[in-house]
Amino acid sequence: MLSRVADSLYWMSRYLERAEHAAHVMGVHWNLMLEHDAGSAGPRWDRVLAALGYQDEVVGDPFAVAQTYALDQVVTSIAAARENARQVREQISSEMWEELNRLFHESRRIAEPESFGSQPHDVVSAVVQSSRLFQGITDTTMLHGEGWQFIQVGRSMERVQDTARLLDTHFGEFFRGGDAIGMSEHMEWVGLLRASSAFEAYCKVYTADMRPDRIAEFLLLNAEFPYSVRFGVEQLRRSLERVHQATATRKSDRLGKLAGRLTASLSYTPLEEIMSNLHEFTTTIRRLCGQIHSGIYQVYITYPIEAALEV
Amino acid sequence: MATPGFDSHTDQTRFDDYWFDGAFDEMFQAPGEPRAHYRALYDLLRELPLAEMRRRKQAADISFLHQGITFTVYGREEGTERIFPHDLLPRILTSREWETIERGLAQRITALNLFLHDIYNAGRSLTEGVVPREIVYSCKHFRRQMREFTVPQNRYITVVGTDLVRLPDGRFVVLEDNLRVPSGVSYMLTSRQVMKRIFPELFRTAGVRPIDHYSEALLATLRALAPEGRPDPNIVLLTPGVYNSAYFEHAFLARQMGIELVEGRDLAVHDNTVYMRTTAGLRRVDVIYRRVDDDFIDPLVFRSDSSLGVAGLFSAYRAGNVALANALGTGVADDKALYAYVPRIIKFFLGEEPILDNVETFLCGEPAARAHVLERLDQYVVKAVGESGGYGMLIGPNSTVAEREEFRRRILADPRNYIAQPTLQLSRAPCFFDGSVEPRHVDLRPYILFGDKLTIVPGGLTRVALRKGSLVVNSSQGGGSKDTWVLH
Repeated sequence: MLSRVADSLYWMSRYLERAEHAAHVMGVHWNLMLEHDAGSAGPRWDRVLAALGYQDEVVGDPFAVAQTYALDQVVTSIAAARENARQVREQISSEMWEELNRLFHESRRIAEPESFGSQPHDVVSAVVQSSRLFQGITDTTMLHGEGWQFIQVGRSMERVQDTARLLDTHFGEFFRGGDAIGMSEHMEWVGLLRASSAFEAYCKVYTADMRPDRIAEFLLLNAEFPYSVRFGVEQLRRSLERVHQATATRKSDRLGKLAGRLTASLSYTPLEEIMSNLHEFTTTIRRLCGQIHSGIYQVYITYPIEAALEV
Repeated sequence: MATPGFDSHTDQTRFDDYWFDGAFDEMFQAPGEPRAHYRALYDLLRELPLAEMRRRKQAADISFLHQGITFTVYGREEGTERIFPHDLLPRILTSREWETIERGLAQRITALNLFLHDIYNAGRSLTEGVVPREIVYSCKHFRRQMREFTVPQNRYITVVGTDLVRLPDGRFVVLEDNLRVPSGVSYMLTSRQVMKRIFPELFRTAGVRPIDHYSEALLATLRALAPEGRPDPNIVLLTPGVYNSAYFEHAFLARQMGIELVEGRDLAVHDNTVYMRTTAGLRRVDVIYRRVDDDFIDPLVFRSDSSLGVAGLFSAYRAGNVALANALGTGVADDKALYAYVPRIIKFFLGEEPILDNVETFLCGEPAARAHVLERLDQYVVKAVGESGGYGMLIGPNSTVAEREEFRRRILADPRNYIAQPTLQLSRAPCFFDGSVEPRHVDLRPYILFGDKLTIVPGGLTRVALRKGSLVVNSSQGGGSKDTWVLH
């Protein structure tokens, strides 16, 4: 597979996942805001901005900034996903392209502050459903070869980092050690789960009893839930292994080692240790993801020609 | 528009606005009398309720939008992507009409290929005065770097799109040849897919010849060019990238053929061998179907400011390690000044009379012809010889005094660069405009593949000037397309 194509497939998938995440987070918080007093709105939207990776200082009404930023992230991510898909249209199936192209046209129409303000749910579900439909189409219409694996790599890479950051910002605000949570904060913890589509699945495992350590365990370490960090990391590792086999590079399996390290830290770190410093743990995960990302570039995409000719 | 409460059965597609003038009408032999091969379409239009026609039109438009069948318009907003306008009604040709076109094109392309080989090698047609040397050597598409070089199988032009128009007497004549990187074939292929969904009943009864084998034939044509000793050649399609107006087509064809779509930055040349950069390392490339113009293909030999091409590609080509389709330097033979000599070229190389005629052409480089044209600028279509896509053109009868003055100045400044042709009455075909059928001018671009044998898929791209009264069919100038049916 062409290096440029792998690059585009990776980013197509990452951007779409990012759009889905932004829409989800925005939708959940909008919903929570409806039943809360106006005083809690400021910190809420600061948190949303942090969870979406907004780094500038917030000037003005945090709600307005968050709404604009989140919608912008949805629209620009979808546009970037489509642009990457456009670059590799012959590599993806026509059905994939049609769905992404449709979402692109629709998102530009609906994701404006006015239409979002009147029917936020419609906008969020349009984006989330389309993103999942796209995954389904991808899985059923594309060869599960190298290109498909790069799509998995992109998606799990983004999902792991998004979930880790979301957890980090939430725990930073609401976690004060121990099991108990304040009644007024109950809905916020439910919201955290909902933003990862995890509420129902969590209830099946732990009942509707909201406990921070269980929520952290579920979102970080659950091996069976698709939006958990561990699940994503495992998928990332597997896909990288497949790519390594498919390309039969004689280079050392550097990426495999990095991914293995990441899986190991999720498999073997005791929950108590994670809970004692969740910020550090999620930061480490995101740092390792960053290293894997640059590793992918060095091994598969931007390697020097001279080195490749020597072998 | 449909009136609410109106009985839907009497609310049908209208022909009230259909008019007749001097041009050949593809559908009607006389007002109200459709030609035999258009009968089925005509009857269907009379039978279907208008609401149903509108529904079909909408279904077709949505299908084009969702498939992303777009082209890019230059010069306005940078890289503006547009949906390719498409008319709902097919353009229909009989098998007899097609048979003449097919023979005529095969003859023309064979002769032009021999001519290209000749001017880059022995030059017999030049020494014997069939074509004036200055026409060839002053052409900006002549590539002296191609002299004394045997291209694979002596095949210069592997993919050709020739534009035909139909005169008032019903004859098809050649308007121009496109021998460099002709585009549009993807619209032909996709519009057929859409039309089969929109008019299944017509396809069932009419007997339309299939065109789906185009991609397969193109692949075989490319494979035949592979260098010796490469039994399983790696064939790629080289595109300038997503901002090119025909990018949709490049991606489409690559996918149809199952070959890699590469950009210049994916390729590298080492030791006169072309490689592409893959996730598994470098892989050798044997045949390049290039959709990048000569000028941009290798910055070491042609334009040094090009970032679309591959440095060193030309020397790998001359070394015989990679084949290019089409060959470089083929633009000489579709130069609009050389066009006037094609009938002589056919006679010289094949000893035959041309089956398809040319349009009468005046070369502004010749003093007598120039004087003739300058006196009658309001009657002629003036074209810059090196341009394509409808850019750099004056349509005399529709022009303003200022435009004519501008062209007079340009012609006098660079006479070799201009030709003039009489304003042609292009034939007209019916088009569907929200409820009524009106005639619009059309041309026809069949696609010719020149491999081990010459293949022309029955059909082509019918381009239509959707603006009322317009004669310009180019998509960049408000033209659209129609599906083209050749009947059994």
